Amino acid sequence: MRKLKEFVIEKLILLCGLASILFVVLIFLFLLKEGLAVFKTVSPFAFLFGKSWYPISDPAQLGILPLILGSLVVTVGAAIISIPIGVGCAIYIAEIAPVRIKEILKAGIELLAAIPSVVLGFIGMVTLVPLVKTIFRLPTGLTALSGSIMLAFMAMPTIVSIAEDALYSVPKTYKEGALALGATHWQTIWRVMLRAASSGILAAIMLGIGRVIGETMAVMMITGNAAVIPHSLFVPVRTLTATIAAEMGEAVVGSEHYFALFAIGIVLFVISFAINVTADLCLHKRQ
Amino acid sequence: MCNKMRVILVLLLSAASACGASRKNSIQIKGSDTMVNLEQAWAEKYMEKNPGDFVAVTGGGSGTGLSSLISGTCDIATSSRNINEKEVALAKQKGVNPYEIKVALDGLAVVVNPANPVGKLTMDRLAGIFSGTITNWNEVGGKTEKIVVLSREVNSGTHVYFKEHVLRRGDPNSKAEFAPSALLLSSSQAIADEVAGNSAAIGYYGMGYISTRQKSVAIAKDEELEYVAPTIENVLKGTYPISRPLLLYTNGAPQGLVKKFVDFALSKEGRDIVRATDFVPLSK
Repeated sequence: MRKLKEFVIEKLILLCGLASILFVVLIFLFLLKEGLAVFKTVSPFAFLFGKSWYPISDPAQLGILPLILGSLVVTVGAAIISIPIGVGCAIYIAEIAPVRIKEILKAGIELLAAIPSVVLGFIGMVTLVPLVKTIFRLPTGLTALSGSIMLAFMAMPTIVSIAEDALYSVPKTYKEGALALGATHWQTIWRVMLRAASSGILAAIMLGIGRVIGETMAVMMITGNAAVIPHSLFVPVRTLTATIAAEMGEAVVGSEHYFALFAIGIVLFVISFAINVTADLCLHKRQ
Repeated sequence: MCNKMRVILVLLLSAASACGASRKNSIQIKGSDTMVNLEQAWAEKYMEKNPGDFVAVTGGGSGTGLSSLISGTCDIATSSRNINEKEVALAKQKGVNPYEIKVALDGLAVVVNPANPVGKLTMDRLAGIFSGTITNWNEVGGKTEKIVVLSREVNSGTHVYFKEHVLRRGDPNSKAEFAPSALLLSSSQAIADEVAGNSAAIGYYGMGYISTRQKSVAIAKDEELEYVAPTIENVLKGTYPISRPLLLYTNGAPQGLVKKFVDFALSKEGRDIVRATDFVPLSK
């Protein structure tokens, strides 16, 4: 009887595990089925490298290069802001901060992760956008930079908590050895701890970036959504995610526009898959 | 054990059928964001007068409304643009027969920041600004400042109407497009806010959104003609050049409950609500 119970439970858990993979595969197949249909009317090259996105014109122009570059610019901007702050914060929490401050900081960062992105977007729209406009004397504050700053807030919790974990799991003997050899605290952190935890920190950064590239709501609210090829951080951009979110409601099911949006979905899927796999490789290298 | 299951099954089934039955005295309305306030006001008044009936109103954009009419998920689609051929073809394919009812008029206001000295524009200049051939305010008599063009997202009927009637001047063969650098904002309110805070911005939306934080621009069809401000009188007289009909689409001529609601919308009471929500009622 007991054996039977074990058996049933084991198989149930196995089923749960398989289900998650099955769902991913099904989602991917659906995405492929709907998205690849667009290539009946546009060539993959024209789709990926076309410079204009006018999906509802007749004939529609479906070039997503401005959207890919838009996503890229916002992501790079967010990475530049969030990586130094995030890794710095992780070092402080893991190595320097006294226990009480450490607890407060950790709770604060978890709280940051709990803020819904639409709320961050709204706050950004009201406070950050006018600020960016006045500080940089721009014609409008709805720019890639505003998006990057807001997204940096969203990537930070991921980066901090995973990087802190990585630093924490560096064997204590490394640190003790460095200190015993006469290295200062800072030298130990910079030359030993960071090097030892580098693959974990890289994984943290990748996962943070993965979160940024998939983020939709905040970006849609504060980047201006103009489908132009961006030449700097200070211009409005339209991202892949915002395009899908803004236009899916309008697209008539089965139309060229609808398929094009799914094809954008494939592009996004491929990008975040690549990022996650890289992060995974980094993590495994550590072990 | 078995009995218990049977009871649960019966309960579930009856719950499911109850959901189905409740649709009989409810109407789903979906579509134009421009018209959402108007529909909501109609729905409230209508439900007050007909307590048994239920009217649900959702926005999303004219295209959203029409595509859900086609897929059968709403009873009335509201739209601030005419249904296009592709949509009609798709509807026919799905056995839906879109029936158009004109319920009101809307003037589209072009707005700038109150600090902007430019107060009037011709249609040609307007088209130039929005399609990106005019990029500085000093080209139209303003300060030397780069123009920030604001537009609605592509799911908005207002976006489509503005493109067809201002950028393309109603010419079906025209290929004019919004400048790629135009900012696409997701709501009329977002445009209103950006215009209020940005002295270089220009945007457009339904007349209902005009407030003292923005300045509406008087428009002339061409240089020789008079510049006309977006007011209810001018839209009714037909002198304001950017006005459009607001439409309802149903599957076939309205029947039963849908007809009752449409009749209410077109009644004197319905037209009063149109006026109260800053649209222009059809004169009867």
